[in-house]
Amino acid sequence: MTFFLVASVVKIIVVFTVIMVGVALLTLAERRICAWMQDRLGPNRVGPQGLLQPAADGLKNLLKEETLPAQADKLLFLLAPAMSFVPALLTFAVIPFATPLPTPWGDVDMVVANLPVGFLYILAFGSLGVYGIVLAGWASNNKYSLLGGLRASAQMISYEIAMGMRDCAWRATTTVAVLLLAGNVTLSEVVARQAQSIWFVFPLSLAYFIFIVAAFAETNRLPFDLPEAEGELIAGYHTEYSAMKFSMFYIAEYSNMVTASALMTTLFFGGWDIPFTQWDNAPPWTVVKTIATLAVFTVKVGCFLFLYIWVRWTLPRFRYDQLMALGWKVMLPLALGYVAVLATAIWILHALLGWSYDTRFGLVLFALNVLLAVPLFFGLDRGHLVAGSVAEERA
Amino acid sequence: MAIGVKVMRRPGSQVSYLRATLKGMALTLSHLWRPKVTMQYPEEKSSKDWTLSPRWRGTHRMLTDEQGRAKCVACGLCPQICPANCIKLVPGEDEHGNRYPLIYEIDEFRCVFCGYCQEVCPEEAIHVGVHYENAEYSRDRFVYDLERLCAQTHPVSTLWDPSDPKGE
Repeated sequence: MTFFLVASVVKIIVVFTVIMVGVALLTLAERRICAWMQDRLGPNRVGPQGLLQPAADGLKNLLKEETLPAQADKLLFLLAPAMSFVPALLTFAVIPFATPLPTPWGDVDMVVANLPVGFLYILAFGSLGVYGIVLAGWASNNKYSLLGGLRASAQMISYEIAMGMRDCAWRATTTVAVLLLAGNVTLSEVVARQAQSIWFVFPLSLAYFIFIVAAFAETNRLPFDLPEAEGELIAGYHTEYSAMKFSMFYIAEYSNMVTASALMTTLFFGGWDIPFTQWDNAPPWTVVKTIATLAVFTVKVGCFLFLYIWVRWTLPRFRYDQLMALGWKVMLPLALGYVAVLATAIWILHALLGWSYDTRFGLVLFALNVLLAVPLFFGLDRGHLVAGSVAEERA
Repeated sequence: MAIGVKVMRRPGSQVSYLRATLKGMALTLSHLWRPKVTMQYPEEKSSKDWTLSPRWRGTHRMLTDEQGRAKCVACGLCPQICPANCIKLVPGEDEHGNRYPLIYEIDEFRCVFCGYCQEVCPEEAIHVGVHYENAEYSRDRFVYDLERLCAQTHPVSTLWDPSDPKGE
């Protein structure tokens, strides 16, 4: 028991620190990558290659004046940054990021909390962060902020409501697909299942597509950053915030990105699994395995973070009605229909043919996905499905 | 559409979302490795794409003769023509009857950098310069006296010549 407590505390401190440092570096990465994409150099003055820029930014934010609008709801105004910051960090707690670490006192799971209901926990906390945004928008007593907050809540509700749950419907529905394959909601089990056979991105490629779109919407990143919309809403919900409170919204946004990337890695790309090998999947656990799998996990998460940045500096923002049309008319029915099709396919393979989940099983489902993807991508590409962006032709 | 919203009449068959997205992503990705246009200012002050024009009119410079004396003969043409009235000239005369400036001051804050002083100067003494780094710690440092004007080393401007408008 003592060992469990000590290990947990150490893990919490380490993970928190790593995420904070990662988030700081991520802000730098975002600025430098965006600069490179625009043929600029980006911040490269503070420290080698600008590596100390986040420290300088943090120091600046600490020293700046905290402003409090006279008409603001003071309690909620102060509470809002924490409300968006805390859930963003909490979600990471259930994500397994490496194989267990052997110590003289026993193996330590490389996950802060190996909850049996890991996935439900993520669903529960995943979009709690929207409360921070809505409260910030409301408490600021500023029309633009309020609009930003309202947009955030409408956006979240659009993705939440179908499941009647706390998370966006696309995401929840697509993850149902994952759970159908994994047969378990513990994330460690999901990873183990993938490590033994084929990554879920193959049998569930369409689900992955939907999930990645939803993840962008969930983290309020371009092309779904309507709550912020600096061009229209002058940064929306955090217009009135300054100094460290403003910074906290940023940290929350980037922590959300890290968590969403980690989640994508865990659910679809095998978590800490090293591809093409089996030696990392089974006990006896060694320190080398832990480090190797941790590195692989980090690389995978890094790829998704790069994707986030890459997409942000490529795509323009959706118009509000387009966002809603995409959410309600495309993604939601698509996700629900997909779950139905996939559940049937899994039932046929599993119950009627008696296959268990292995590479063959995965590849059959992958073929099914490709078949489904062709008409879907054709329809999406031609804009038939994203109504509102295309004017109806009057006769 | 009561308030005149323009509706794009674009048939759905002409619309592309996924292909356009992928195309854009490929473009931004390719830009990651392209040469950057940023000039790292304090270290690099000109690049192959950009240099300061030789006709740039910046802060002044007084040319000197072989003995290191200002070429100025205190004729008074530059304070006369100066539209901003920023040149202060008090003429003096030595024992040989040569005129020289006792006081020659230019208030660079008042100056509009028109270059008339250089144009009008019969001795080619006062010039505007190809120079732009003028930061000082106090306002009075921007009144350049004769000594300071003579001590400047930056290149002088090439004035625009009406008979050779492109400077060839």
